[in-house]
Amino acid sequence: MDVQRGSRGGDRDEATMIASILAGETQLYHELIRPHERSVYMMALSYMKNEADAEDVAQEAFLKAFRALANFRAEAKFGTWLISITLNEARNRLRRKAAVPMESLDVPDDEPGAVSPALLRDWREVPSEALERGEVRSLIASAVEALPEIYRCVFVLRDMEEMSVNETAEALSLSVPAVKVRLHRARMMLQKQLAPQLRAVVPAEKKRRWFPW
Amino acid sequence: MVIECKHVWNHISGYLDGTLTAEEQVMIQTHLEHCEICSAILDSARNILVLTADDRVFELPVGFSERLHARLAAELGTVAGDTPPSPM
Repeated sequence: MDVQRGSRGGDRDEATMIASILAGETQLYHELIRPHERSVYMMALSYMKNEADAEDVAQEAFLKAFRALANFRAEAKFGTWLISITLNEARNRLRRKAAVPMESLDVPDDEPGAVSPALLRDWREVPSEALERGEVRSLIASAVEALPEIYRCVFVLRDMEEMSVNETAEALSLSVPAVKVRLHRARMMLQKQLAPQLRAVVPAEKKRRWFPW
Repeated sequence: MVIECKHVWNHISGYLDGTLTAEEQVMIQTHLEHCEICSAILDSARNILVLTADDRVFELPVGFSERLHARLAAELGTVAGDTPPSPM
């Protein structure tokens, strides 16, 4: 399910750009961050829950990353480093507001598979067609936002922004097994909630077109 | 070897990601070929992943990139390249 996005695979170029920026070519920073704008914003949104705060957090994270660029270790991926800065920025703001109860990212996991999926018979509409319906987009967005924080941030990075399991673990300072367990739970929670809802909004005449898997 | 549906559900993520062992893979595959319910669960889970990965579900706010680069340009003393000035 991985899709190579943005600068992934272009690590050497990224390293060269970072070296040039540190050498004084600061305008290259604009180019360096372009492939990461979306994932940083989505990470911020998953914490802040509103667009204005998420945008503020994303801007601040990019600025902090620039100021700390000399501390960036080349063995890490720039994208995962940016995400960890974003996460810190978002959590600090929420802590300062103190209005939102924070869930620890380090809570121990229960046994995997605690969520039973929706036992539906059939929901196989072609996904791209489903997205033409605003109602479907709204259902999906609400379901993702409603995930508990520890599952949501893993799901956002791994399945929405298509980072690898290892990158997700690194960005969130989690172990790889913890990422896998949380990802599975998040997916099953979404399947349980969304599959019956999506099935209900799919027009019957469209069900004849199935994905060929 | 016959396995229960509940056992299959625990492996749906691994099956979708292709991270199961060869033995698990065969076991799940065999079950899926004969179980309509689990097969539908797998398909719906996969569809939901395809949908959530679509950029149209969570779109960046209009002008996000322009505002970001304008702020960076102002604070870093750089020119935001071909980025148009912020409409703010």
